[in-house]
Amino acid sequence: MKALRDFLDKIKPNFEKGGRFEKLHSVFDGFETFLFVPNTVTKKGSHIRDAIDMKRTMATVVLAMIPALLFGIWNVGYQHFEAAGSNPEFWTIVGYGLIKVLPIVVVSYVTGLAIEFFFAQIRGHEINEGFLVTGMLIPLVLPPTIPLWMVALATAFAVIIGKEVFGGTGMNILNPALTARAFLFFAYPAFMSGDRVWIAEKADTFSGATPLANAANGELAANPDFFDMFFGFIPGSIGETSTALIIVGAIILLFTGVGSWRIMLSAVAGGLIMGLLFNLWGANEFMTIPAHHQLVMGGFAFGVVFMATDPVSGSQTNKGKYIYGFLIGFLAILIRVFNPAYPEGIMLAILFMNVMAPLIDYYIIQANIKHRAKRAKLKTT
Amino acid sequence: MAETKEKEPLFSSKNKKLLSEPMVRNNPITVQVLGICSALAITVKLEPSLVMAISVIAIMGTANLIISLMRSLIPPRIRIIVMLTVIASLVVLVDEILAAFLYDVSKQLSVFVGLIITNCIIMGRLEAFASSNKPWPSFLDGIGNAAGYGWILIIVGFFRELFGSGEIFGYPVFEKIGLYQTGYVDNGLMILPPAALFIVGIIIWVHRSRHPELIDIS
Repeated sequence: MKALRDFLDKIKPNFEKGGRFEKLHSVFDGFETFLFVPNTVTKKGSHIRDAIDMKRTMATVVLAMIPALLFGIWNVGYQHFEAAGSNPEFWTIVGYGLIKVLPIVVVSYVTGLAIEFFFAQIRGHEINEGFLVTGMLIPLVLPPTIPLWMVALATAFAVIIGKEVFGGTGMNILNPALTARAFLFFAYPAFMSGDRVWIAEKADTFSGATPLANAANGELAANPDFFDMFFGFIPGSIGETSTALIIVGAIILLFTGVGSWRIMLSAVAGGLIMGLLFNLWGANEFMTIPAHHQLVMGGFAFGVVFMATDPVSGSQTNKGKYIYGFLIGFLAILIRVFNPAYPEGIMLAILFMNVMAPLIDYYIIQANIKHRAKRAKLKTT
Repeated sequence: MAETKEKEPLFSSKNKKLLSEPMVRNNPITVQVLGICSALAITVKLEPSLVMAISVIAIMGTANLIISLMRSLIPPRIRIIVMLTVIASLVVLVDEILAAFLYDVSKQLSVFVGLIITNCIIMGRLEAFASSNKPWPSFLDGIGNAAGYGWILIIVGFFRELFGSGEIFGYPVFEKIGLYQTGYVDNGLMILPPAALFIVGIIIWVHRSRHPELIDIS
């Protein structure tokens, strides 16, 4: 480590004002702070001592996604061989999954980081780490059969239109990873939905429908049982199938305080309540699915844990987080059941609530101001 | 044009400015953000965009001219109704011409030709310019603004048709150069109205970065 530090100190003057590579300052800065804790300190204003900065936060989220990613890699292989009717050994399955999943991850990171670096250079920003998380989220919410150029295009769209247009990391209104997914969903529906895309290279005779698609088509009998869906032995987007491992990720996020428990809790409550309401109503087969099944189907768990808790696009006030989370869960199940054309309601629900989050915060803050003003008046009179 | 008594040349610098200003510096779509509704609706293909642009140029130039000629006759209280009547008559005229000579395009544009009446740019220019200026400058102003609106429409239509259907004026460009064999697929988002918003947004972005004085910081 000492040698690395010395090396960095030696080449540092080249990147400072007037140095040879002045233009690449933000690139150097990005790498330096990635490797070492920055030695700059706040000089004035409030001093909050905290071990966590944006890099640690983002690294924690990436860490929390690793279990879901590893399972996703295995499951891509498993679903493929299951569809083909063979049952090879563990490493063959993982190997197949790696071949399918790794390129998607690499393309997502390379495209996104290239654009991020480019904008940091021309705008004179520092390079932000926001993309470390986005770059991992994007592959996890895509089907394993997605063509790589679509991944690149969607990532570029998400980073430019979803983030840089608004001023870069921390200024975006929508969750960039979901922006990428929504872009693909509307631009290339044939590659993002239906029952052909969820299993890599499957035989035509094998039905590759996800549980959600089965439910939307009224073929509930074809669905696997609760624990198959809970542990994730079902076709679906790469990272979304295993609710169990997403919960592991959620525990990491909650334990480190990076994710908001308020949002997660209220979103699950919202989903459950909507599910129960539909059970009471029971007008079609989809509505009769037990509410806890709704939570483990499709991307609900993944969205609630990794997407809804995005601190930038979500609600900021504590009360607002309850409302924001609850409505995400509620709307996700509502869209799912009422609109069979969009079986993945959680994506649209989170994007919609992203847009609404500032409004929620505004009213929470106004209410608080009014409340306090009233109290102040009572005291004086 | 009995009222043009000044000896100003037809294309004096002031009059030229009337034409050129709304093209870039004061573009109705990218700067005033007017007429967005039709920019979303009819720009799926290039041909309707072009026809729409030409129709609006014709209607707006003529409407500005007519209103400017009548400007001292119109009682201020009912001026909006008079303007609407003029625009509506011109729109019906254009609609009939399209239906007679360009039936297919007329079908595609459907109700949106009729909705030119409600195009805020036309109303805005009549009210802001033609009702208080001489006929010739008014005519130029109408043409300029409509052209400023039109070229944005054509750009949006070009990109939406190219990436949404892989065609230019209905000619299958991408198919001819064999792009589909490489695994390329048409972008379905481009056919949906939001695509026009994205493209207009990007045009505004480029436009603002070339004219930083237009950026309003609020």
